[in-house]
Amino acid sequence: MAADWIVFWVCAPISIGSAIAMLLQRNAVHAALFLIVNLFTVAVLYLVLGAPFLFAVQIIVYAGAIMVLFLFVIMLLGVDREERLVERLRGQRTAAILLGLGVVGEVVFAIRAGVGFSTRAPAGFGAANGGGNPQALGRLLFRAYFLPFEVTSILLMVAAVAAMVLARRRERPVASAERRAQEPIEPSEPSEPSEPREEEPVG
Amino acid sequence: MLGQFLSHPPVELGPIGPELVLAGAGVLVLLGGALVRRRQPRALLLASLAGLTGAAVVSVSLWRWRGHATVLGGMVQADRFAVVARLILLGVAALALVLGHHYFERLGEERPEFYPLVLFTTLGMTLITAAADLILVFLALEILSLSLYVLTALSRRLAAVEGSMKYFLLGAFSSAFFLYGVAMAYGATGSTHLSTIARSLAGQTGNQALALAAVALLVIGFGFKVAAVPFHMWTPDVYQGAPTAVTAYMSAATKVAAFAAFLRVLMTSFQPLTWDWTPIVWGLAVATMIVGSVLAIAQTDIKRMLAYSSIAHAGFVLVGVSAATQEGIQSALFYLLAYAATILGAFGVVMLASGRGEEHTSLGSYAGLCRRSPLLAGLMSLFLLSMAGIPPTAGFIAKVNVFRAAVDAGHWGVALVGVLASVVAAFFYIRVMVLMYMQEPLEDVEPDPSIVPRLAVAVPALLTLLFGVFPGLVLGLLERASVLRW
Amino acid sequence: MIRLPLVLFFSAVLFSAGVYGVLARRNAVLVLMSIELMLNAVNVNLIAFSQALHDLTGQAFALFVIAVAAAEVGIGLAIVILIYRNRETINIDEVNLLKW
Repeated sequence: MAADWIVFWVCAPISIGSAIAMLLQRNAVHAALFLIVNLFTVAVLYLVLGAPFLFAVQIIVYAGAIMVLFLFVIMLLGVDREERLVERLRGQRTAAILLGLGVVGEVVFAIRAGVGFSTRAPAGFGAANGGGNPQALGRLLFRAYFLPFEVTSILLMVAAVAAMVLARRRERPVASAERRAQEPIEPSEPSEPSEPREEEPVG
Repeated sequence: MLGQFLSHPPVELGPIGPELVLAGAGVLVLLGGALVRRRQPRALLLASLAGLTGAAVVSVSLWRWRGHATVLGGMVQADRFAVVARLILLGVAALALVLGHHYFERLGEERPEFYPLVLFTTLGMTLITAAADLILVFLALEILSLSLYVLTALSRRLAAVEGSMKYFLLGAFSSAFFLYGVAMAYGATGSTHLSTIARSLAGQTGNQALALAAVALLVIGFGFKVAAVPFHMWTPDVYQGAPTAVTAYMSAATKVAAFAAFLRVLMTSFQPLTWDWTPIVWGLAVATMIVGSVLAIAQTDIKRMLAYSSIAHAGFVLVGVSAATQEGIQSALFYLLAYAATILGAFGVVMLASGRGEEHTSLGSYAGLCRRSPLLAGLMSLFLLSMAGIPPTAGFIAKVNVFRAAVDAGHWGVALVGVLASVVAAFFYIRVMVLMYMQEPLEDVEPDPSIVPRLAVAVPALLTLLFGVFPGLVLGLLERASVLRW
Repeated sequence: MIRLPLVLFFSAVLFSAGVYGVLARRNAVLVLMSIELMLNAVNVNLIAFSQALHDLTGQAFALFVIAVAAAEVGIGLAIVILIYRNRETINIDEVNLLKW
């Protein structure tokens, strides 16, 4: 058990440190890189917490696909300039800190008040993981949770359609005179290629 | 092997029949819009309406469901509450499709993705009303939210895109709170099934402190979705920015779906903690009614005004929720029905009276509407009267029921605040009516002359009157629908 | 095995860091990343509970959360691109055409 303990105390501070570094980073690319560090350390914690399958999924989906998408968009938009960290809305930062501390406080209170966890039948995690963690998860997903699983597929389809609808470049207006009456939404962008770009969600 | 898989667990697809029909129709309409060379928006509209009708027929057949109360591994609840909520949602979606079809046609824009997105949103909404597991509630909530973000940005006006971004960022933020609440509920009781959570909390085997944190976080999550103060900041911008037809849809349908899930979660899984969450809902209701009504007075744009009015209405529904009784559920359902009809119709009139697109939505352009279009002015007045809660309309009966439920549950104070808030609210509704009837037209806006969308607006108007004069027609049904099985 | 309250505290800190990021950062992409941080914290919570309760539901739920996060990021970044094309900025203060 000591190994778990060491891994936790190595990864957790790195994780929190990288999260805070991400929040205080002016440069968006650096912030994204800090978030990747955070996601990796959290993935290692999954391993310690008995979820080897999620460890792999976390790295493949989060750190691999989602963060690549983030970096891609940051680079694409050229917003790797520095962001001023001066607050525009007065008191917003204070409110943010207070709310953040409030959440921690609430959880700490809940945990303290609830010491002596009522764990159900102590059959052991090994029994629940019978035949290996991925196998057990697969059985769970395709039996008890097959409806949510199918619903997730609809969700991903909606997301794919939605991202395409949103990021698609507009086709030439049918009646341009009519559209003038409306606010022009797409300013001319001579510098950009006119190829339609499709944004695909990962997952 | 396959046979063994199919036979275990027993698959009873009946209770998700409406969702299956909607998913099928959505995919067909999506493919139709994408693959057919010469796009026929009218054909897409008819196909979508057929899908909604099919889903409605299947829903009605579930009224007499004799199978298990929860099916598909405890994921879906087959009760009459879900049937009624689904029927309201499907009706709203059908009318909104007709309005939206007309909106984009008049704008000269081709939006074949509007139809499948509305169908998928409706799928998420109907699913959430029947979900008996917090995982499914979360997934359905995400389906409806993600589709709504896109529908908001559909018109590509700058205001629409910005509204969509604000909606997205705050919506995703609130989803994270909701999710944290679900995680806490799971940690407290060891399950995400609504009924198992309830049993665990009732039997004191769950961790009460974690469960309380769960309630608080879930209330934040739902509060965002139903636009309760202080989680309402997105509402005016999104309602104003979105294409009016989409606003009509989401103002009516989102609230019905989110409140249905809110009621189910609070009244089943957290029923053992009723004494703890009632004050929270109570406070939310009071803040929402007051802030919504007062801020609506200051608005100069009709869409923003209706947005604040919809916030205030969320407060009145919360009064019914805070009663935490069967009577409370019934009154909340009736309020949602009346509210859905009214707000859908009101935004429909705004769409027709505001010229093409979103050009004339300031209150000033409603001056003298009765000269230009007596019919639209009359319909708008009816909806405004219903929102103000003035007799022969459904809004009056709805408010009376909600307050009675609160008083019967011993919540005198909240009912009193509600009455005061409706008096304040009546002021700005009447102000718009005065504008329409007593003043000379300022701008020369030609109202939309089409017949079909007028019919689509006339339907909710008829319902508003019908339920106002003969509330008994639905109250009996709603009473039988207000028993949450678990 | 690591004590559960410790992990819960850790995830609460991560979650609050995300809350702070959403409220304090003005860059829409960074706000979105902060939301990812929050979802991630919830996943830690779910998996820790899963281990403490000897029940795999939490892990299954975490999988769904990861799928939802992916869908959310896809749509969120599409909206960000759309905004940028129109306004040449993704600073959510400058995008305040509409009042808060």
